[in-house]
Amino acid sequence: MTRYAAPGETGSVVSYQARYDHFIGGEYVPPVKGGYFENPTPITGKTFTEVARGTAEDVDRAVTAAEGAAGAWGRTSAAERAAVLTRIADRMEQNLEALAVAESWENGKPVRETLAADLPLAIDHFRYFAGALRAQEGAISQIDADTVAYHFHEPLGVVGQIIPWNFPILMATWKLAPALAAGNTVVLKPAEQTPASIHVLLGLIADLLPAGVLNVVNGFGVEAGKPLAQHPRIRKVAFTGETTTGRLIMQYASENIIPVTLELGGKSPNIFFADVAAANDAFYDKAQEGFAMFALNQGEVCTCPSRALIQSSIYERFVGDAVSRVERIKQGHPLDTETMIGAQASNDQFEKILSYIDIGRQEGAKVLTGGVPADLGGELSGGYYVQPTVFEGDNKMRIFQEEIFGPVVSVTRFDDYDDAIKTANDTLYGLGAGVWSRDGGTAYRAGRDIQAGRVWTNCYHAYPAHAAFGGYKQSGIGRETHKMMLDHYQQTKNLLVSYSPDAQGFF
Amino acid sequence: MSRVDLTEAAAGLLRRLTDQHGPLMFHQSGGCCDGSAPMCYPAGEFRTGRSDVALGQLRVDGVAEPIPVWMSQAQFEYWRHTHLTIDVVSGRGSGFSLEAPEGVRFLIRSRLLTDAELAELADG
Repeated sequence: MTRYAAPGETGSVVSYQARYDHFIGGEYVPPVKGGYFENPTPITGKTFTEVARGTAEDVDRAVTAAEGAAGAWGRTSAAERAAVLTRIADRMEQNLEALAVAESWENGKPVRETLAADLPLAIDHFRYFAGALRAQEGAISQIDADTVAYHFHEPLGVVGQIIPWNFPILMATWKLAPALAAGNTVVLKPAEQTPASIHVLLGLIADLLPAGVLNVVNGFGVEAGKPLAQHPRIRKVAFTGETTTGRLIMQYASENIIPVTLELGGKSPNIFFADVAAANDAFYDKAQEGFAMFALNQGEVCTCPSRALIQSSIYERFVGDAVSRVERIKQGHPLDTETMIGAQASNDQFEKILSYIDIGRQEGAKVLTGGVPADLGGELSGGYYVQPTVFEGDNKMRIFQEEIFGPVVSVTRFDDYDDAIKTANDTLYGLGAGVWSRDGGTAYRAGRDIQAGRVWTNCYHAYPAHAAFGGYKQSGIGRETHKMMLDHYQQTKNLLVSYSPDAQGFF
Repeated sequence: MSRVDLTEAAAGLLRRLTDQHGPLMFHQSGGCCDGSAPMCYPAGEFRTGRSDVALGQLRVDGVAEPIPVWMSQAQFEYWRHTHLTIDVVSGRGSGFSLEAPEGVRFLIRSRLLTDAELAELADG
């Protein structure tokens, strides 16, 4: 067991600066209006840095810088662009521990997760898109003996990307890797709850990218995000976050007729068929862990398996075992490598989770474990901690229909296959789902019947590159983590070429 | 009676935001991250339409126009048995909600509507 020193303390593997400006045109520049905002760590609630408070003027400068770099970057060969992404991955890998500790301090999640998941996934993502880009081909269609259609992938130009706070570096990577691979230049606006860890990353990789290819403007959504989404000189906007903001961004994009990809969240059902309990073996143990997955990242995941649907015939036994499993989740200092669940990202998230626990109780749901905040004592008393919570109720309750975005799962039973699918699909969302069954046919059919873009089958919360990820219904538009994203960040140029010397016969 | 209400703290914040931005509106967001919480925009900034329902109008002392509170129709089907009070907590919300730079975030506190209240709302 190791306890990492907090950034800046003696012996720490990483430190944060006292202040961060915007990163525009390859250098750090102060905000035009001169404002900064404080950035606390949710681990203790204390401020540890201040960050530039961007406005439309800064966004405009960033877009201009990105435009200036777009021609050359777009014309860079695929081999060279891929080499840049590979070097970024290598540099991150050489500094994995430092980035992991910085990310944990910024977001509140356990360092155990940033070391094992966030950073390795981000590193791999740059390598994946380097490879996908090298393998991408255009197309040729022979129309007739004299006519050939050549199809080329071309970059869009400058793209705007607005990313969330739940996996700051990983979410930035999911957006940046395909956009840069595809030959675009980027203006990225990090979430205001987690504005700083990207700058620790930039400090390590900025020299690998030509100036203006990647620009980072920090600030509040209404002051910096809105001018970016509305900017007349960007060619696409990508967003991960909540539903209403997603709609608003689509509205802004419509002003300039540009494409939008959105990842907007879910209320993912985790379905356990009776046969998972057929034996008390490794697979049953795995299914138990699958139930407890709602606590990963403190529940702050758009695909949190926040509804658990258990088949009636095994309900009592499974839920009993599952609650014990949940009660063994280790809560503690996020920089301890044994801690499994950290701090919620901010006070308002903490308050929102508690308000949902309250409405759950009012609606008559039963608390099987948790249901209260956790005071971890000492310096952690000012942080935002919630005990993993299991509610029992029915699918019409608000706690079964709305994203709580905390370590809270709502459990209900189902009788048969049709009942399971009906309940699973009775939601506005369709991002993730989990299906657990020893029977391959059942698992396959359930996966195809559930209206969700990602159906984990006998697993959960795995996010490898090369597996497409995205939502149905109100969960968004487009897919990530797969080479199809190159298409999302490119346009098709068709050269329709005639090799005939003769007039066509119209005029 | 109204389906929506607000706390004194929220009213104070809305007076300040109205001074800065003019008439306002709310749309309750579903979804992850900063969702499951009301978004406050300048009136008309967020286009509502056929898929939305107006839950009510907030009347705030010192603010001339009532502030409408909207929600998507689909979401409303799951909320219609609850009463909503808009409150404020300290924090760092995002999305494009107007209060973020103030270091606070709007939040919904809910309670179940009584049978009598549900009947009254059905008639009205």
